[in-house]
Formats: sequence, C-alpha cells, structure tokens
Amino acid sequence: MSSAVDTLWLRTIIRYFRSKSRIIESLATPLFFLLILGFGLNSVSTIPGTGHSFIIFLIPGIITMAVLFTSVFSGIQIIWDRQFGFLKETLIAPVSRNSIMIGQTLGGATTAIIEGMIILVLSLFIGGSFPSVLGFLIAISFMVLISISFTSLGIAIASRMEDMYGFQMIMNFLIMPIFFLSGALFPLTNAPTVLKAIAYVNPLTYGVEGIRYGFLGVSAINPLISFAVLTGFCIIMVFLGGYLFNKLKV
Amino acid sequence: MDTIEVEKLSKKFGELVAVNDISFTVKEGEIFGLLGPNGAGKTTTLSILTTLLPPSSGKSFVNNFDVETDKDNVRKSIGMVFQDPTLDDELTAYENMDFHGRLYGVSKEIRKSKVISLLKLVELGDRKDSLVKTFSGGMKRRLEIARGLLHEPKVLFLDEPTLGLDPQTRNKIWEYIKKLNQEKKITIIYTTHYMDEADKLCNRIAIIDHGKIIALDTSQSLKNKIGGDVIIIKTTDQKKLSHSLKDCKWCESVRVHDGSVTINVHNASKRVVEIVNLAEKNKVKIDDIIIHEPSLEDVFLYFTGKTIREQEASGIDNLRKRMMRR
Ligand SMILES: Nc1ncnc2c1ncn2[C@@H]1O[C@H](COP(=O)(O)OP(=O)(O)O)[C@@H](O)[C@H]1O
Ligand SMILES: [Mg+2]
Repeated sequence: MSSAVDTLWLRTIIRYFRSKSRIIESLATPLFFLLILGFGLNSVSTIPGTGHSFIIFLIPGIITMAVLFTSVFSGIQIIWDRQFGFLKETLIAPVSRNSIMIGQTLGGATTAIIEGMIILVLSLFIGGSFPSVLGFLIAISFMVLISISFTSLGIAIASRMEDMYGFQMIMNFLIMPIFFLSGALFPLTNAPTVLKAIAYVNPLTYGVEGIRYGFLGVSAINPLISFAVLTGFCIIMVFLGGYLFNKLKV
Repeated sequence: MDTIEVEKLSKKFGELVAVNDISFTVKEGEIFGLLGPNGAGKTTTLSILTTLLPPSSGKSFVNNFDVETDKDNVRKSIGMVFQDPTLDDELTAYENMDFHGRLYGVSKEIRKSKVISLLKLVELGDRKDSLVKTFSGGMKRRLEIARGLLHEPKVLFLDEPTLGLDPQTRNKIWEYIKKLNQEKKITIIYTTHYMDEADKLCNRIAIIDHGKIIALDTSQSLKNKIGGDVIIIKTTDQKKLSHSLKDCKWCESVRVHDGSVTINVHNASKRVVEIVNLAEKNKVKIDDIIIHEPSLEDVFLYFTGKTIREQEASGIDNLRKRMMRR
C-alpha cells in the first residue's frame, strides 16, 4: 500500500478515537431514532409478510443511518483540512492525489463501519439479535459499500465547496432526503407508489435492503440486485470523488 | 551550481498580474531573501516553486527539476514552511512529525530518532506528546520548521516565518535558520517584509514589488547602489526645495514623500551645509534634518518611491477598490 494511503487512514482513525465526545455525539441521533421510533411504533405495527416486529425491522435502517452520516461527515472533513491548512501539507508531499483521496476514503469508511457496529451492539440490548455469520458478512459488505460511496461523495462535495456555508444545505437537501426516502424507516412493500418509485432510484435503498437481508434473511429487493446496484454506485462515487479532488486548488 | 533557476516567470489571477516576468537564480547553500510588501507576489512565487500553483508562463527549476513536469522530484527536494499554519491541531507534535515522515517515505527507525532530535532542536522536546492546538503561534512555527527538515530537503522555503511573532521568538528562529544553513548546508529561500530581517539573515536579497523584482543583490551592494548617505529634510515647502535642488550635481537622487525631501549624497555631513544654504537662499523653512547611512528601507524607497509601509497601505486600498468593483 502507498505510504499516503495508510498515513491518511491512520490519521483519521487516531482523530476518531481521540475525540470521545464526537463519537457519542454522532451516535446520539441514530440512537434517538431507534429508541423513539422503535418503541413508539413497535406496539402498533408488525411488518406485513414477514411478521417481524417493527423494532427488528428498524435496526438495519438505523445502522445504515449511522454509517451514512459518519461517512458524509468524514468526507466533508476535507473542507476543514483546507481551511486549517493541513491539506497543503499533504498536497505538497511527493505522493499522488489519488492515494491521498483513497486514504481519506478508507479512513472515513472505517470509522463509519465502527459506528454501525456500535449501533449493532447496542441494539442487542433492546431486542435485536446477532445475525448468522453469513448474514453478518453480508451486512458488513453492504456497510463497506455504503461507507465508501458516501465518504467519496463527501469528498466530492468538499472539493467543490469553498467554505462551510453550503454544508447545512447539503445536509438538508441532499443527505437527509437520501436517508428518509431510502426505506430505512418504512417497509417498501406496502409504500405508496410515488414513495416506492423514489426509493428505487435512491442508491441508499439498495444498501438498507442489503443490510436488512443480512439481518433478517428477507428484503424487498433481491440482495444480488442490491449488491450490483450499490457496487455500481460506489464505483461511480469513488471516481467522482477522485476526479473532483484532483481538480481541487488550494 | 544553481539550486533554483527562475526564468521569466509570471502568474495571473484573472486580470491581476501577481507575478510579473521575474527571473533569478539561487546558488547552492545560499540564504536568499524575497523582500517586499504585502501583496507583492512572494507567496505566489513560492507556491509556483513548490508545485502548488501552475505558472501562467515562464520556467522554473528546483534542484534541476522542472516544477511543472517533474513535480515528484521537486517535492522530494524541498521543505516548505507556509505563511499560514498547516499542522493538524488534533494531533500531537510527535504525530504531526511522524505523519510527515511517512508521507515522505522516511523509514520507521529514522523517523523515530530524527523526530525526537529535531523536536529538541526547536526546543519542543518536552512538548512532543502535547496536542498542537495547545501550542502558541511561535511554537507552531518552530514545529513546522522542524517538520520541514525531517526528510532532509536540499532546499527549504520559508514564507514569512516570523510574521506576528514576538522579538524573542523571531531571534530564535533566525538562529535556527542560520544554524541549519551552516551545519546542514541547506539552501534557504526566505520571504519577509521586515527589512532588518532580510538585512541580518540573507546573503542576497531580491526586492519585489507589484510582482516585479526591482533590485537584486547583497544587502551592502543594494545600499551602495542608492549612492552614499541619506539626508531627510522635513519641511512644508517640499516642492520648492526639491525644485531648487534640480540642478544639484552631487545629489544622487532627490525625492519628495511623506512631508519630507529625501536626498541621497556622498559625504552627507559636508553636503548638508550646502543644502541648508540653498534652502535659505530659496526661502524654504526647514523643520528638521536627519542624516543616516542607508538601510534597506532607503533602498526600497529609492527604487519604488514609497516606503514599504506606504506601499502596504496603498496595497490595501487597491484591494478595497478591487473588492468594490465586484
Ligand atoms: N488565489 C488567488 N486568487 C486571486 N488573487 C490572488 C490569489 N493569490 C494571491 N492573489 C493576489 O496576488 C497578489 C500577490 O499575492 P501574494 O503572492 O500572496 O503576495 P505576498 O505573499 O507578497 O503578500 C495579491 O494582490 C493577492 O491578492
Ligand atoms: Mg505572502
């Protein structure tokens, strides 16, 4: 592996574990969703077709949420690196921009998967159950794809943004809709047609469904299709992130 | 051998010509100063030489590598201390150094020993495990200098490394730089807008203003160029006095600026009497007379017609005008 890839990966990991408060902060929203929605709706709904309780249905969606948000934040980190100057230090080193971008992406993806795992472990306390080994591996591979895709997307966005002002808008008008319209919080099978149509063009849907398949053994979309679509999306995002990061000027 | 060669280098940002057709060379082992007011184009020049910015035109070579086509080799040859900090605040001093070493492919064993010794060199040995966000400006600057040396560059670029630091820290940084230059034979390119600093530290100085190099030589030769001593006469009748000095044969130059007339002459102590007599004859009232040996400040004034501070003030005016036009 190139020295830049593991250096930037290591940096992200060190920074992640160093700021305990940020770990807790980024877990708070998903946990909040899990507890309020899970317990709030558990008594009034079971999932049609499968008979799973709502909270069991919801857990993969919340894991997706944690992975999604951590990934995007991690990619957008580059804006801070630019503002506080550290980006120059990496760009002036005798390493390629691609290896910097890959290191950053893998670092972000790793922390996102750790967040997902923490949610998984916490969910065991509220009635979730650990999937089979195969199911776990399936869920993990979808988490990997989601995290790489969305860290790359974050890097792509950060490469085009001059400062932090656009950040809130990106979150409100891109990332939030991607999350809410992905089937993470509601079953696709009985959803209204419009919602369903939107969900099917939303790449995150295939991630949620893939993770759900790993956990429950059933999903609204064939897991092979989910895997193919998400892999395609991931490749596009990595190239987009790499392309825009290469064009970035300091 | 020349470590740096710059040939007809220019950089435009839209309409603005930040670097305007400059050429110079820096010899191996030299401390070379780029002296000029804010906005003169110093940082832009360094950014091009360190491969961060593509030039609009012209060629430059660092350690014999072309900065445009041979970026990797240029990057391996140089260390850079930027004007603004480029450290990771959330990492410790040691980690910042260590990661730099990793990026430059320095082996683990060498990293271990060199990081510690360099941190000691800049007197940060006892703070190696502190987070950088707890450091003062001077400490950060020293850490950046140490970091820039870790991969043993042939050339070290320092962009206004003492800007905003207290005099004590400035002095310390000068000492380090001199020591590095002498002990490790590192070629140093140093930008500053402090005249005294360039004077003390640099073997040769290029004075840069509005993107152009207007003079380049050793500090002593630059001072000799302006022709002897400096006589500054404070008076309200500046126009009249300079007019009456128009035919003065022994005056090297006569300039009106800032409520006074500045005259460059040889043997100032003798000539000052003649100037006073002439002023009296022309009924010019003299408020004050200052005579001194030329400083770089006078050199700058001689070549640009303004002191470096006036130049900076007008630079800010220009900036404001540009912003308003948008
Ligand atoms: N990225 C940029 N875009 C537009 N103008 C710039 C940029 N960088 C520098 N400039 C302008 O170029 C001129 C030279 O700037 P700079 O090289 O930073 O000067 P110095 O370092 O001598 O203070 C200034 O007028 C500055 O405003
Ligand atoms: Mg500058």
